[in-house]
Formats: sequence, structure tokens, C-alpha cells
Amino acid sequence: MAFKQLARKPLNWAERTYLPQIIMGLKITFWNMLKKKVTLEYPDVRPVIPNGYRGIPTLVKDPKGREKCVSCQLCEFVCPPKAIRIQPGEIPEDSENAHVEKAPKEFDIDMLRCIYCGFCQEVCPEEAIFLQKVFSLSGYSREEMVFPKAKLYELGGTYPDQHYKWEKKRSAAEENQANGHG
Amino acid sequence: MNYLPILIALLKAVIMISVVMGIAAYAVLAERKIAGWIQGRYGPNRTVLPFIGVIPILGNMLTRLGIFQPVADGLKFIFKEDPVPGHVNKFYYFLAPCVAFIPAMTTMVVLPFGEMDGVPLVLANIDIGMLFILAVSSLGVYGIILAGWSANSKYPFLGGIRASAQMISYELAMGLSILPAFLWANAPGSETGLSLFNVVQSQDQLWMVFWQPLSALIFLVALFAETNRLPFDMPEAETELVSGYHTEYGSMKFGLFFVGEYTHIVIGSGVLVVLYFGGWNFLPGIPFPWPAGWAGGLLSTLWFLLKVFSVVFFFMWIRWTLPRFRYDQVMRLGWAILLPLALANLVLNAILIALFENWLV
Repeated sequence: MAFKQLARKPLNWAERTYLPQIIMGLKITFWNMLKKKVTLEYPDVRPVIPNGYRGIPTLVKDPKGREKCVSCQLCEFVCPPKAIRIQPGEIPEDSENAHVEKAPKEFDIDMLRCIYCGFCQEVCPEEAIFLQKVFSLSGYSREEMVFPKAKLYELGGTYPDQHYKWEKKRSAAEENQANGHG
Repeated sequence: MNYLPILIALLKAVIMISVVMGIAAYAVLAERKIAGWIQGRYGPNRTVLPFIGVIPILGNMLTRLGIFQPVADGLKFIFKEDPVPGHVNKFYYFLAPCVAFIPAMTTMVVLPFGEMDGVPLVLANIDIGMLFILAVSSLGVYGIILAGWSANSKYPFLGGIRASAQMISYELAMGLSILPAFLWANAPGSETGLSLFNVVQSQDQLWMVFWQPLSALIFLVALFAETNRLPFDMPEAETELVSGYHTEYGSMKFGLFFVGEYTHIVIGSGVLVVLYFGGWNFLPGIPFPWPAGWAGGLLSTLWFLLKVFSVVFFFMWIRWTLPRFRYDQVMRLGWAILLPLALANLVLNAILIALFENWLV
């Protein structure tokens, strides 16, 4: 046999009254009483959210204030619960960002459907949608919980990446034009 | 006819009842706070009263201590909807909370809580104080049995049956364990008999707990069983019987059971202090350093209350330390261990007293 059976030691006289054990238990609970409390008094004290936490998904702008989403609709396609609805729109000709492919005319995320899987963030080629650390949402109606584009930008703010992909594309295109290509 | 003595007696009774009810209410708070502390939580600390709560430091401190929580609890009990299940026996269903509550409040009549100029501070200083307490407090079990039976539902019924068996089992051990204390407290031929005041007076040099530790221990264990406290809370046993005998009760009717239970604990602690921990005597060997007159009476009462609160704290401390006994273990402990032990203890003490009286003195 692979195991060895040990004989249990018989209890001595004091142990059989259980009183020493009870006193030991009382000692433990007494020191527990003086220990630091583990309660986090939630609404007053917020928990520390670790990096990589998957809270609500929001749209972000780049540090120059350009909206990064080009309404490719990959996130809409990949979203398992179909929480994202995008209506693509054109960028007006006179805009500084007219060279960017497109922009979403409307971008709604239904927070009641969202399952915080983070697929949208993973799939986004423009790094325009990120899951934030916000974990508690509430509202009075279902309509209120469908977040429109303006609200998503308000919650998402700016993402401090400074690679300015579309500016580089424009300057590269201008250079090519100057060299007689394109 | 002179109404003044009646009025004074009435006033004393009202003061005593309000103080004991107040202590019982705050015992509930203490239970919740101590439960929280032992489990690493804060316990109730949010209830605020409108004007007191905004006093800069004091108000915040009182709120954090949960001082206003009993007010909120009491109001909740009073204003909650009070549904009566359709399947209960109405008469006994309404009677049971009263029957559980009244004995708990009645025992305080004979409990002395202080001394002023050699006169006990007590509502009724009768010679059979201990007998009265034993007789009346054991009536409380009728409330529990009635509640369990009238609810006409299986878990309360089981709770009621357990309560009756447990009360009967531990009453014997309890009665036998207090006899040695009275044997030692009374000189031969004395007429005070079972007076609680006399027991305290006899402990002015040596508290009974040091002289009779075994009796004190048996009494303490039996007291836990009689007040249905963990580890003997068979009649309630949340994890086994939903909520035991008061499962079908809500609102203030449940409140009466609840307050009655805590009053039992407070009075039981008082009896323990009177019998074994020297009552209002200051320390072993320093019996009565209090001044004469009102101040002495007040100080001795406060000292007595301090001891009672310590015992109440011990009750709660034990509750959050020990797990519940299995039902057969409760019965075995009561009948096979405590009862023979208490009996042997009584015989031993009787022999000791006989030796002491006849040969040594």
C-alpha cells in the first residue's frame, strides 16, 4: 500500500474536558477582534483596479483630439452579444482629417448587452476602442444604458499613444506626390 | 389611603424595566459589533440621528460605534408589515411571544444590583430569590414550545421540541450547581436561605468562583443552554431549522422573542455575577470601598453593571468562537456529564461542610 496509517494519539485528561481547546479558541477570536478590519467601505473607499481590468468599453481620441475610429465595423462584427451598432459616415471635405477613410456617424454600445469580453478592443485596427476601469453602471431606463458616441468619448477621453498613424500616411502621400508617384 | 409608597414602587419598577430593556437593546448592538470585529468587519456603523450625528467629532464617533442602531432596529420591528400565516393556530400564535417575553422581564424583580448603607438595591428582596428566578425563568420555555407548536410547520415544531428537551435537561444541572454556593453562603441555622443579597454579602472576602470553580463552570454551561445561546442554540439553529421556533414570526412578534432572549442573557449574567463573582463587591479581599449614601449605592450599581457587561461580552465572545453542538451531543453533555458532575460536586461539598463543622472548628 502506498499510504501509511498513523494511529491517532488518545486524548489526555485535560484534552478530554475540551476546556483548554475552548480557551485556545477564545484567545484566537480575541486577537482577531483587535486586528485590522478587512472591510472595504465601498461607496466611500474604492477598490484598486488592476491594470488590464475589463470594465466598460469606450471610444478614445488621440492626443491631438482626432477621433480614432474609422468605422470599419470590425468591432460590431466581432461583438458576441451584438452590443455595438455603428452607422458609418463621411468626413466633411473641409475637415483637417479629410484624408482619413471614414468616421462613425453614430456609434452606440448597449451596456446592458455588453459582456465585457474585450474582443472589440482586441480586434480594433485603429486602437480606437478600449475597455476602461469603470465597473459599476446604473441607469433608470434601458434607453439610458445605450451609450451614444458623445458619451463614449466623454468616458473614454484621450489615449496617450503618440504614433499619429494618419498624419504619417498623409505626409508620406504628399512626399510621394512631390516625387511624381501616386 | 397613602398612595406614595405605591407610586415610589411603581417608579422604581419603571426605571428598572427601562434600564434592563435598554441594556437588552444594546446587547443586540454589542452582539452585532462583536460578531463584526471577530470576523474582521466593522459591524453596524452607518445609522445617524438628524441632530446628534452632525456634532463635529462626537457625532461621527457615535455613528461609527453604531450607537443609534438599536433605535433603527426597534423602529423597523414596529413599522414592519406583520403577516400572520394562514395555517397557524391564531390564539397560541399570538400568545407565544408574550409568554416568552413576560418571564424574561419578571425575573429582574428579585435580582439585587447594588447596596446602599447595608440595604440591598432590589425591587423585591425576598428570601427565596434564587428559587423565584429558577421558577420564573424556566417558564420562558413555554413561549418557545407554544411558538413552535402553534406555527403548525415542521421547522418551528422541531425547534420547540428541542427547546423543551434541552431546558429540562440543563435545568437539573443548573439547580444542582447552585446548591453548593448556597450551602457555603449560609451559616447553619441562618434564616436568609435562598436570598440573593445574602449570597453577595457572604462573598465579601472570597468570591465564590475561586472557592467553587466547578460549580461556577457547571452553572455557566447550564446558563448557556438555558438562554439558548451558541453552542447550545438548538431551538434556533439557523443552518438546520431555518430560524427555529420563530420561523413563522415577523415584525414586533419576532421582536418580542428577540428582546426576551437578550433580556434572559442580561438577567442570567446578573445571576452569575451575584452567585459566583461577588455581586457589587469591589475585588476579592476589598469588599466595599464605596462611600455611604447615594454615591455608594450608585458606584456599587455601576460596578455590578460592569461585571454584568463583562459576562454578556463573554456570552457573545463564546458565540463567535464555538460551533454548534450536535443535538445528541447536547443531550449527552447534559445528562451523562453535567448532571453526575453536579451531583458529585454537591455531595463532595456537603461532606466537606460536615467535616468543617464537626471536626475542624
